[in-house]
Amino acid sequence: MSNINNPKTKSYPGSSVVEQKGWFAAHKWLIARRVSQAIFIAVFFIGPLTGFWLVKGTLASSITFDVLPLSDPFIFLQSLISGHVMEQSGLIGALIVTVIYFLLGGRIFCSWVCPINAISDTATWLRRKLGWAKTGIRLRRKTALWVMVGVLVTSGITGTIAWEFINPVTMLHRSIVFGGFASFGLAWAVLAGLFLVELVGGDRVWCSKLCPVGALYGLLGRFSLMKVSASKRAACNDCMDCYAVCPEAHVISPALKGEKDNRGPVILSGDCTNCARCMDVCSEDVFKFSLRNRNNLDDVRPSDETTGNSTSRAA
Amino acid sequence: MTQKHTDHKKISRRDLLGNTAKVGCGVGLFSLTLSSLVHEAQGKLPADAIRPPGAIAEDDFLSACVRCGLCVRDCPYDTLDLAEIGSTSVTGTPFFNARTIPCEMCDEIWCVVACPTGALDKSLTNIDDAKMGVAVLVGHESCLNYLGLRCDVCYRVCPLMDEAISLERSANLRTGKHAIFIPTVHSDKCTGCGKCEQSCVLEEAAIKVLPERMALGQMGAHYRLGWEEKRKHGGSLIQGQGIYDLPDRGYAPSTTEGVLAPSGFPEKTATGGYKGFKP
Repeated sequence: MSNINNPKTKSYPGSSVVEQKGWFAAHKWLIARRVSQAIFIAVFFIGPLTGFWLVKGTLASSITFDVLPLSDPFIFLQSLISGHVMEQSGLIGALIVTVIYFLLGGRIFCSWVCPINAISDTATWLRRKLGWAKTGIRLRRKTALWVMVGVLVTSGITGTIAWEFINPVTMLHRSIVFGGFASFGLAWAVLAGLFLVELVGGDRVWCSKLCPVGALYGLLGRFSLMKVSASKRAACNDCMDCYAVCPEAHVISPALKGEKDNRGPVILSGDCTNCARCMDVCSEDVFKFSLRNRNNLDDVRPSDETTGNSTSRAA
Repeated sequence: MTQKHTDHKKISRRDLLGNTAKVGCGVGLFSLTLSSLVHEAQGKLPADAIRPPGAIAEDDFLSACVRCGLCVRDCPYDTLDLAEIGSTSVTGTPFFNARTIPCEMCDEIWCVVACPTGALDKSLTNIDDAKMGVAVLVGHESCLNYLGLRCDVCYRVCPLMDEAISLERSANLRTGKHAIFIPTVHSDKCTGCGKCEQSCVLEEAAIKVLPERMALGQMGAHYRLGWEEKRKHGGSLIQGQGIYDLPDRGYAPSTTEGVLAPSGFPEKTATGGYKGFKP
């Protein structure tokens, strides 16, 4: 999958952007995401380290500045199905989080908040480096959805918040925030296990195909407001770099190449994590954040070429 | 609408039913596996892991506790901890070990206030009503008071002295002239805070806080204590009916003729038994 516009010998996804605008510009969203992921761990750390309690709790449920409650909607749902109605604080917290992800995009949790994302990205990067990209088990994308249903069924049967017995994401976050790395214990094993699953198990087999938390946010993402739009798709030069870096590459085509089917430029799939890596690597600045409803053919921004040109490109 | 899908593949009814069955079976298999994992973990709570005050019954607790640790953070005495992965308790849930740091029974009950889900019941407003567990004097052979000494430490540190733990006096048969003061826990008052366990002077505490399920015996629901029933009734329940004459067992009284031998003992039968004996 080489960059066809780049005759240089060594080419990788985003290399043309690196050449044109520098390394930083080609990685700005990636860096922002890593910073964001670090912040979501760090804010929980400030309290125990300094005594100034910015955020208390974990990703499961937290309270910011002693006033703003935030709770995981998936955990809330399991608790409800297992026969427990949460108190006001937990209820409001789950509602706020749901609203936030409705506004910002469901699976934006996966790419900007979840501590596993960096592990998954590293494993996937290594898979590509080692030429293992096509190895491992192949699961349907819907599998995560059925895992989610299975978790909810189990919660109902056992009367417990079932996923929390094995959820490696909250386990890891809890161990970091409460145990610190010194008494990290088996959390290292969880971390290593997840890394290995992502490395040899299959392509993003955990994050895309199994994790029920991502599946729920994916459902929310089908209706969420903020979306990535291939708004300058007319300028696309088919370098395929966005496909190479996208963790859910199947979401791109309907928007980027949707013109012939009279589809709008917005990536509507709930699978898209709003990670913005496509914006990083695109030398033609095709992608930008947009709203779900700005999806008419007229919303396609005229590129430097005229609108008429885009039809000639398609021909 | 521009993004309307028009190229849906035709799916036959057979395929649809087959796929639905397959998905159903897959979900079922997953649920079974996860259920068994949950069941295995559920019963793990060890006796020395005490839940915070106000914790609802353990089965309900696992449907309510999201393992966020807000109770742990808000405890001013660092009493609480979240169970680590692979530890003996259910991972991520809050507990304390009474021997290490007991519950200080603060009036504000910060942990309960902090709980966002109701796993710690907000209706607990007076910490004296808490039921974290019950202290049990398990070490009858090592407790200094049992040996006739006056240690009394558990009794004195108890936040509900003379209510939750009292000293019951009995005779010291070893010396023949001293008293033994036995620390006695009253389960209706004991909150299970664990101050007694923490302060027990022995190497291994002779008094330990245990979950109620392990600490208390329970009579059958149909059991009645005659004296209690009498007190509730305000007098004898069989008043005016005379004393019941229950049917006699054993040797029949002398009213039966010819049963008693002249010696006063029952007459022997031919087979070696006694005449008139009713089992």
